Formats: sequence, structure tokens, C-alpha cells
Amino acid sequence: MTILKNRLFWPAAILVVLLVINAFTSNQFITVRDGHLFGTLIDILRGSAPLMLVALGMTLVIATGGIDLSVGSVMAISGAVACLLISDLGNQNSVGSVLLIIGVAIAMSLLLGLWNGALVAVAGIQPIIATLILMVAGRGLAQLITDGQIINVRSDPYSTMASGFLLAVPVAFLIAAAAVALTVVLTRRTALGLLLESVGGSPSASRLAGIRARRITVMVYVVAGGFAGLAGLIYSANIRSADSISAGNLIELDAILAVVIGGTALIGGRFSIAGTVLGAILIQTLSVTVVAIGVPSKATLLFKAVVVVALCLSQSPTFRTKVFGRLKARPAVRAEVPA
Amino acid sequence: MTTVDVTPATGKKNNSPGNSRRRVYRPNTKYIPVLATLVLLVIMYSSGVANYENFGDPSVLVNLFRDNAVLIVVAVGMTFVILTGGIDLSVGAVISLTTTLTATLLKGGWPPLVVLVLVLLLGSLLGAGMGAVIHFFKVEPFIATLAGLFLARGLALFINQNSIPIRDKTWKAISEYRIPLADGVVTKPIALVALAAVLIAAAVLAWTRFGRNVYAIGGSADSALLMGLPVGRTRIAVYTLSGFCAALGGVLFSINSTSGWALQGNGLELDAIAAVVIGGVLLTGGSGYVFGTLLGVMVYGLIQTIIAFQGDLNAAWTRIVIGVLLFGFIVLQRLVTRKAK
Repeated sequence: MTILKNRLFWPAAILVVLLVINAFTSNQFITVRDGHLFGTLIDILRGSAPLMLVALGMTLVIATGGIDLSVGSVMAISGAVACLLISDLGNQNSVGSVLLIIGVAIAMSLLLGLWNGALVAVAGIQPIIATLILMVAGRGLAQLITDGQIINVRSDPYSTMASGFLLAVPVAFLIAAAAVALTVVLTRRTALGLLLESVGGSPSASRLAGIRARRITVMVYVVAGGFAGLAGLIYSANIRSADSISAGNLIELDAILAVVIGGTALIGGRFSIAGTVLGAILIQTLSVTVVAIGVPSKATLLFKAVVVVALCLSQSPTFRTKVFGRLKARPAVRAEVPA
Repeated sequence: MTTVDVTPATGKKNNSPGNSRRRVYRPNTKYIPVLATLVLLVIMYSSGVANYENFGDPSVLVNLFRDNAVLIVVAVGMTFVILTGGIDLSVGAVISLTTTLTATLLKGGWPPLVVLVLVLLLGSLLGAGMGAVIHFFKVEPFIATLAGLFLARGLALFINQNSIPIRDKTWKAISEYRIPLADGVVTKPIALVALAAVLIAAAVLAWTRFGRNVYAIGGSADSALLMGLPVGRTRIAVYTLSGFCAALGGVLFSINSTSGWALQGNGLELDAIAAVVIGGVLLTGGSGYVFGTLLGVMVYGLIQTIIAFQGDLNAAWTRIVIGVLLFGFIVLQRLVTRKAK
């Protein structure tokens, strides 16, 4: 029974079910073609990279008790900056210039994250409102950068970020995996993760304990901005253009959903990176499955809603005891005080 | 409460925190966020009057109610939810579901009154469902209502993905009806509905047992439970109320635009939350007023009015200006409330 009680059991079970459905419905689930892996499973891994990156940053922000609504706008801005600069290049296939431009776009995203962090930690504005400002203004900024147009680029090195393969594995997934690995090492092999959780638990108590709570808070928003920027680059590299309207639209909700499915509480003070990765892959698998099993497009969202509701309920310990607990003799106790 | 424009600053100068007798006049600290919003709103309005011709026309103020009727009603419901420390992300989607369903049923020849009752009931039921999930299964409000958002918008898209015109006579008549207030100043019935919602909600919060329970739960749900307050019932009621308000907002929307569309009200939940917070309601719950929320919506509306008066801004700049004004407002409000403490 212990494995059933694990918070990640039910999301993992649903993921497996969805993958099995995919394995039966798609003609190529996983094969090798032209020397690299190919098939629905690889599509899922590749497609989940932007969401995984955004959700990773979101996990850290939520761990400190905050929230970042601006990630979608940051994605739009970084894609717009990169595509604008690349389209101005004489030779769009020059690897050095493209790398430099990627660096510029990410630096820009870090700066936007710094702005969020400063508003939250220095000005003391509630995170949901502080990041709402950039969410609203940022998309305008992206539209301004692209002059309201969709900028197309024809740069092979740039599109490699989204559609290339390295050692038979999609580059986009490798980027996301590297970001995950780096975050895991930094937070779980050093004291950083503990500090994040303590700031999320109580900023003032952490400060009194000698933790620079303000600096940590600013840092997580900067990191979230950087990851969102990277996600924006992968997104725009995938469609080979900057679309400032639809890039990262509503991704903040999907990212928050991925984080919560992964067992990170929105009140902060605790986080699970493995859970977030699972959540992000689950959401991407869901979108792929909907298409694969031929759910009509007008019912897509309804299907997603049903799965999300099932997921949320399956993760609620109270729901599990109330529904499955009936099988045992112990009656449900009413006097349970919410923690 | 009428002549308070200068009090926060002077009150600070004249007394040290320990000596509370010799102070001039200092508003109760719990009113300060609302008063700060009010003062800033007045400043914003007067700068509008100073910079633009015809801004001082009374119809500009009256139209704020008309143009933001939907947001006012939704934000009022949201105020209750946020006061208990929760959040409701589903309101925009409930609006879209309501407008789509209303338009579809009216097209099918259902009597308008039945449609009205039905959609309001549906909105309340959705809200009650989310409240029950949040209370009984202890799912976080953010997530439960996010699922509600997907569900409501999913249903709306399932019913119809296109915009449906409303040709019903009653709806048209209400939409075209004008209420004269003064010379050259008219308003629409939806503005009165919004105003009524604010007044009723304010009265309920201030003078009823339910209202006090809402504040108590927001202050501390555990203490409220130990005091024997009906925490579960109140919490579910609050989400039901928000669902009802969202459905009412949807009805107003369908009256205003005489159409129903599944993508209507997209992102409105964030506007409502922003308005509530600008109005001085704490997201952690337990503190704030419906009148603050009204002022918050007015700030939002006034920002849009100023942009409309400016006239030469394209879509990109509109967003940026809204962001900048929002930023300026929040920082100012933050400074004023911090100084007052």
C-alpha cells in the first residue's frame, strides 16, 4: 500500500495509461530512423521541453511561496528578440552569431526576471500582482519588438534548438534535461534547496535565522525568467518565427498545473522537481493523446478538464480516504482540522 | 470618511506611535488601503481632466459603470472568495459558458426568463461544485478552480465554437434601453445591476452573520472552526456566490453585446483579481471591502478611458501603458499604505 500512498503514484499511473493508449493508436510509437529516435514518444519528449523549462522555474518560485504569471510574456519577448536579431544577420547560418543572439535573448529574460524579483522582494508587492504587470505589459513589448508582425527566420543553427538531434535524442529535450539536472544538483546537493524551502515556509523567520531571504527571492524570479526565456527560444525555433501573440499564451496556467500535479504545494515551503518533470510530461502527453485518439477539436478542452479533475481528486488524500477508505472498517473522521 | 485626502501624511507627523492621544485625525488602519486607492483614483481622474478636453464631462464617470459592469459584478463575487483566502480562476470561463448557453437557448426559442434563471443556476451550481471539492477534498482553490476554468470553457466550446447572435426581443429591448440621469447623461440597465450588486454585497459583508463568517475564515480557518463557525458551509457558499456573480456577469455581457461566444471573457479572471487587490483586499484573506473592489475596477476602467482619450496608441502600446499605469498605481499605493503604518 505504500506505493499507492505516494503523491506521484496517480499522476504516474495516468501517464502510463495515456502512453499505452498512444502506443496502440499511433503507428510509430518509438523507432529508429535516419540514425535517430523517432515516433510519438520522442515527439512528446521534444514537445514537452518548453513547458518543462517554464514549470521548472515556476517550481522554484512557488517553493518560496510566490507565483510567476509573466512567464508566457517572457517567452514571447525572448523569441521576438532572437528572431529580430537573427533576421538582421547577413548569414543566418553562422553558428557564432546565433549563439551570441541566444545569449542576448536569455540575458534579456534574466533582466525581466530581475524586475519581477525586485517588485516582489524589494518593493514588497504581492507576487501575483507584481508579475501580472509584466504579463500585461510584456506581451505589448513583444508586439512592439516585432512591430506587430510575425518575423520568419531561416537559420539552421537556430532551428536545431527545437528540431535537431544529438546522439539520437532531440536537442530540445536535452536542453530541458540539462536544466533539470543543473537545478537538481544546485538545490539538492547544496543547501540552496533547504534555503528556498525555508524562505517559502516563513520569510521573516528565515531572515532572523540569518538567511538572506530577499536575495533568494530575487534569485528565483531571475532563474524563472531565464528558463522562460530559454523556453521561448525553443518555441520560436520550432515554428521558425516569432509570434508575439500566441507564444507562451496561457502557459503560466499549464506550468502551475504541472507544478501542483508534481506535489509542490502553492503555499510554498516544499518542492519536488521530479514531480514537476512528471507533471509537465503528463500535460504534454495529454495534448498529444487528444489528437492521437481523434477527439474532435471542440471537445479537446473538455477532455483535458476531465483528466485534470480526475487527477486533482486522485491526489487529494481526503478524497482517497473517503472513497477508497470505505472498503476498510474505519469510518471517515469528521473532526479533522485543516493543517 | 469624506475629508480624508490629507490625513495619512499629517497623522504621521503629529504623533509618535506610543502617544496616541494627541493625534489629529487618523483613519482606522483597516481603511487605509481603500483610502489610498480612493485618493490615487481622485488624483488620476483630476490629471485626466487637466490633460484632456471633455474628460470632466459627467458622462465619463457614468460610463465607467456601464463599460465595466461585467467586471464589477465578477469582482464583487471574487472579493468574497479572496476574503476567505481562496481564489477563483473560473469566472472568465463561466462568463463564456453563460453567454454561449444563453445565446444557444434563446436561439432555440426558450422563454427569456427561463433562460435567465437556468444560466444563473448553472453558474451557482458550478461554483458550489468547486467549493465542495475545495472544502471536502482539500484540493487547493487555485487548482480546483483552474479545473473549473477548463471544464466551463470546454463545455462552452463543445456547445458552439462560433459567435452566436442573440435576436431575442427581451434581450434586445434591455440592451437598447437607456436610463436618463441628467441632461445628456444616460446609462444602461446593466450599470444599475452592477451598482446594485456592489450595494447588496457590501451590506451582506458588513451586517450579516455570513459576512462576519467570511472575514473570520479569511483571518484563520482553524480558529473559525474551533469557534464553531460553519466553515464548510460558508466556504462553499462563497464559491457559489462567485459562480453566481460570474454567471450574472455573463448575462450582462450577452445583453451588452447581444451575442454569445465561447472565447468571451478570456483572461477576465486576472482583471478581476487585479481589481480586487488594487482595491486593498489582501490575497491572504480576512481584510478588505467591496467598496475597495469597486474602486479597483474604477482604476482599471479609468486607465482604459485615459488610453481611449489619448487616442493614438496602437494595441501594443495600450498593453504597455496599462502595465506601466498598473505598476505606478501599485507602487504608489504601497508607499502610501507603508507610510501610514
